[in-house]
Amino acid sequence: MRTLRFLLEKEFKQIFRDKGLLPVIFIMPVIQLLIMPLAANFDVKNINLAVIDHDHSGYSQQLLAKIGSSGYFRITANTASFPEAMKQIESEEADIIIEIPANFEEQLIKEGAGPVYLAADAINGTKAGLGSSYLNTILADFNSEIRMKLLPQQANTGIDIRSSDWFNPYLNYRIYMVPGILVILVTMVCGFVAALNIVREKEVGTIEQINVTPVKKWEFIMGKMIPFWIIGMIDFTIGLLIARLVYGIIPVGNLFLLYGFLSVYLVAMLGFGLLISTYSDTQLQAMFVAFFFIIIFILMSGLFISVDNMPVWGKVIARLSPVTYFIDVMRMIVLKGSGFNDIKIPLLIEIVFAIILNGWAILNYRKTA
Amino acid sequence: MNEKAITCKGLTKRFGDFVAVDNISFEVNTGEIFGFLGANGAGKTTAMRMLCGLSYPTSGEAAVAGYDVFTKQESIKKNIGYMSQKFSLYENLTVKENIRFYGGIYGLTNGELKEKGEGLINKLGLQGESKKMVGELPLGWKQKLAFSVAIIHQPKIVFLDEPTGGVDPVTRRQFWDLIYEAADSGITVFVTTHYMDEAEYCNRISIMVDGRIDALDTPASLKQRYRAETMDEVFYALARGAKRSAD
Repeated sequence: MRTLRFLLEKEFKQIFRDKGLLPVIFIMPVIQLLIMPLAANFDVKNINLAVIDHDHSGYSQQLLAKIGSSGYFRITANTASFPEAMKQIESEEADIIIEIPANFEEQLIKEGAGPVYLAADAINGTKAGLGSSYLNTILADFNSEIRMKLLPQQANTGIDIRSSDWFNPYLNYRIYMVPGILVILVTMVCGFVAALNIVREKEVGTIEQINVTPVKKWEFIMGKMIPFWIIGMIDFTIGLLIARLVYGIIPVGNLFLLYGFLSVYLVAMLGFGLLISTYSDTQLQAMFVAFFFIIIFILMSGLFISVDNMPVWGKVIARLSPVTYFIDVMRMIVLKGSGFNDIKIPLLIEIVFAIILNGWAILNYRKTA
Repeated sequence: MNEKAITCKGLTKRFGDFVAVDNISFEVNTGEIFGFLGANGAGKTTAMRMLCGLSYPTSGEAAVAGYDVFTKQESIKKNIGYMSQKFSLYENLTVKENIRFYGGIYGLTNGELKEKGEGLINKLGLQGESKKMVGELPLGWKQKLAFSVAIIHQPKIVFLDEPTGGVDPVTRRQFWDLIYEAADSGITVFVTTHYMDEAEYCNRISIMVDGRIDALDTPASLKQRYRAETMDEVFYALARGAKRSAD
């Protein structure tokens, strides 16, 4: 135990003396947490609309005014023909074309419904999909208003669907993203920095000096893991404070539960970093290998794309990543207030990850080659 | 207690087809300064790493401080000091912190750490530098410090791998004073070097060529045997026959 104390003392001194490392550990996560949630936003606004109004009637004007006032659309062009509007799409000045036929008003009055043609530039699939569905909602709304006015006896037919969104009532994207991004930041610090730290000792040659001393394997590994485990805890706490002060996200669930899961997660990720360091001889090598895995972990973690929407092979990869479970648990505890019973299976899986990754790393770390 | 500090018999290390150390046998007596010579690439460092418990021999047998190199590496590590070719102190720790760290992991008590640390700093004349980062010291001082740290726990044997490479003649002389002092205190010294004047300082020397030990004796006897005036000539006579190209 005394040996471990000397190892820790040395490690902390080195970390706090490293002018390059300190900002990476403490300032970068703060900046990322301030910037990323603002940019990683899937709300679609400012959809540019090219209008072809063949009708030029009161109703067509009313419809366009309604679309324009929705806040999602900007009418950027009024063209006379479809090919002209298409040019707008080709030059990327418009995202969606809306074409109102010549007898729109007439049909509306006669039949209570008029055809409108929509064409969307689907290169940006999200924008096209969401834009079209917003437009459909506006059109349906417009249609029912007209029916109310013209054919009051036929109104109020059909099923009225009302949905309410739980745990994130305003569908605020940030509430969904911030907890996930916080996980990624902690992952980067522990997965990367710990791996690079050990490989640097290999590069400089000090690890050989350690290997020739009676320091035990577990002492050396604990000496490397404990400092970064503590740093992970501190980073996470800073992140939670930012989430609260900047984004107003206050964890609904139990903080002890959250930190309990975090502490296991950090052990798993540090084991991952350690494993990479045992296979790498240079920091460059360690960085690329760690980068390769962490990118896959992040993209497949359910942060951006829901794991449920992935194909089977995607789900398999997602389930093989320790990051996936923490993002899930983080959202469950922070947003939903889930309790121990809800997270015990992911917790168990995370413990298994921690044991496998660390066990593998310890087996692969050799004092004698 | 074993009278021999190091015994090795038929020690061999292969990396694939390449035989880095080819069936070497020798003994080092307790308390002697043993020079381990050879051209670059002759296999000196590989042999030394096996003796320090850093690398497993492919075949043969060896014991260091009485402990087997195959099974008792951790016991060997308690009883040896090692100074590698690469500088191995932490450059971003101060002189004092390095001494404390290495002393600490070798199990010195707090009292010993303080006493030995101060003694060492005074001996090396580093009083003014004790709070400086080791990275800021000139190479010669670093090497002297590294050597002193390698024997801070008073090991039975200390292994030095080219400790004076790149160091000026005056500092080299001072370095050898430290080596003699360590030998006088009962530490067996196992040292590799390329400087033939340093070879003369050793009690006995071995010369490795292509992974084999081609000569082993006192410097005086070797000179006599090869009818040479200096160790330089002995080394030339032996190393000229080397088939491996120097790196």
